[in-house]
Amino acid sequence: MLEKKVATRQSYGEALKDLGYKNENIVVLDADLSAATKTGIFAKEFPNRFFDMGIAEQNMISTAAGLATCGKIPYASTFAVFAAGRAYDQIRNSICYPKLNVKICATHAGVTVGEDGATHQMIEDISMMRTLPNMTVISTSDDTQTRWAVEEISKIQGPVYLRLCRLATPIIYENSNNFQIGKSIQIGEGIDATIFATGVTVSETLKAKEQLQNRGINVRVVDIHTIKPIDKEMIIKCAKETKRLISVEDHNIIGGIGSAIAEVLTEEYPCRLERMGINDCFGKSGKAEELLEYFKIDSKAIIEKFL
Amino acid sequence: MDKILDITELENKAKEVRKGIIDAVYSANSGHPGGSLSIADIMTVLYFNEMSIDENNPKWEDRDRLVLSKGHCSPALYSCLAERGFFNKEELKTFRKLNSNLQGHPDMNKVLGVDMTTGSLGQGLSVANGMAIAGKLDKKNYRVYAILGDGEIEEGQIWEAAMASRKYKLDNLCVIVDKNNLQIDGTTDEVMSLAPIDEKFRSFGFEVITIDGNNILEIMKAFAKAKTVKNKPTCIIAKTIKGKGVSFMEDKVEWHGKAPSEEQYNLAMQELN
Repeated sequence: MLEKKVATRQSYGEALKDLGYKNENIVVLDADLSAATKTGIFAKEFPNRFFDMGIAEQNMISTAAGLATCGKIPYASTFAVFAAGRAYDQIRNSICYPKLNVKICATHAGVTVGEDGATHQMIEDISMMRTLPNMTVISTSDDTQTRWAVEEISKIQGPVYLRLCRLATPIIYENSNNFQIGKSIQIGEGIDATIFATGVTVSETLKAKEQLQNRGINVRVVDIHTIKPIDKEMIIKCAKETKRLISVEDHNIIGGIGSAIAEVLTEEYPCRLERMGINDCFGKSGKAEELLEYFKIDSKAIIEKFL
Repeated sequence: MDKILDITELENKAKEVRKGIIDAVYSANSGHPGGSLSIADIMTVLYFNEMSIDENNPKWEDRDRLVLSKGHCSPALYSCLAERGFFNKEELKTFRKLNSNLQGHPDMNKVLGVDMTTGSLGQGLSVANGMAIAGKLDKKNYRVYAILGDGEIEEGQIWEAAMASRKYKLDNLCVIVDKNNLQIDGTTDEVMSLAPIDEKFRSFGFEVITIDGNNILEIMKAFAKAKTVKNKPTCIIAKTIKGKGVSFMEDKVEWHGKAPSEEQYNLAMQELN
């Protein structure tokens, strides 16, 4: 991991601009949050292909569906709570059911939104989005991965939900050479435990991994950037090779990656999984780092699992 | 299409469309005849006079598009498409049955000629906006039509969409509100009045044309006028009669969503012949 930190929403905005040059069918919609979601970077470069739909998320999502029927590749952005939550029915009926080529890029997911508090901290989106037929669900952990994902999802013919975060997190990957949608990334070969993580918790998990190593505990980290379709092979492999399985996410423990992993394990290789996440409660105001600690999804909480 | 139909021919065509609606709903023993019959004349003019479409090339990029936002009135859409030759009329009898392409609400991936999957009310105007914006971006001349129910416009998203129709000056968009005054729980005035609808759309920036929506000539004139409007969208308020064309269904809220008995079916078909 590098010292340099970047929020995945920032990587998103910059990658979107690059993608705009490569593919003229890319159009971008936002709901009065382009400064925060960073779609403003695209808007500045391609004003004719950017649509600020105002504070009207349901209309934004269905408009994206209409654009997609005409061959456009809409990237629709707002905060996760307003995309997956407020516009759920529009995503379900106007995008997923007709399998339209819309990319919903939701920033400010999880409690790491911070000071805005519970109303703006979306901790149910992975659950809601992965239950939708035809939907691909991606949650990226760093700048490199996000830049890769922004372009890669344009090649998927169909709906995608890309989960992004507000908090700046360390750059983990030097390049995206071996990245593949649907294939998670194993970091380390430790056999004492596998810690599955996604989004902001990947860097926390990597911090824990290093410190555990100093104590003679060797864990591996699996970065689950594609939550649907989930990488069954990797989950089964790690269940077989390691002594302990833990999942950590900035999301309700109900329905998130812990649940997705548990679904694979119960059917394919029954064993214990310890789920770390928001324990079925709403978030609260505070600094992002404080909230990671408060909700016990930071490196310290992970290390405590082994003490 | 081989030739442009005159008014009498369109009126006859509308009867055929209505027969298809009754056939489909009767075969399914469920469905929504009332609102399908109220828009039968509008749909007939669209599919046999107004819209530039090609049944032999259903996905033609330059075609005019229709979003039936009140998707429960799928029988009217299916009947028009069958009548126009997108699929065999016999297929109407499979409506709502297991493994049929003719789902209860229209599915664009199952039926050629259906431009958008609809069913959850309130979303179609937004979708039509998206299509109209795409047309402007690509400098294409196609027009986009969206048919909304007068009950449906109680959905807040319709008004979110209406704001955007104006913002993007969608003069290639024509909205039709099927004002039949009835919704499931009673009259629109009783349940949740939006009167005056015309002033609402006008204040949202639409050119508004109010017509008798069961009069072929008035419908044709309204569409012709809509095409002359520049820099803003058009909304046609079509005053219709729910259940129009089948005497015992006319203006009766109970025919919103039920199928006729065999006796009623025969009676309806007699009236339409």
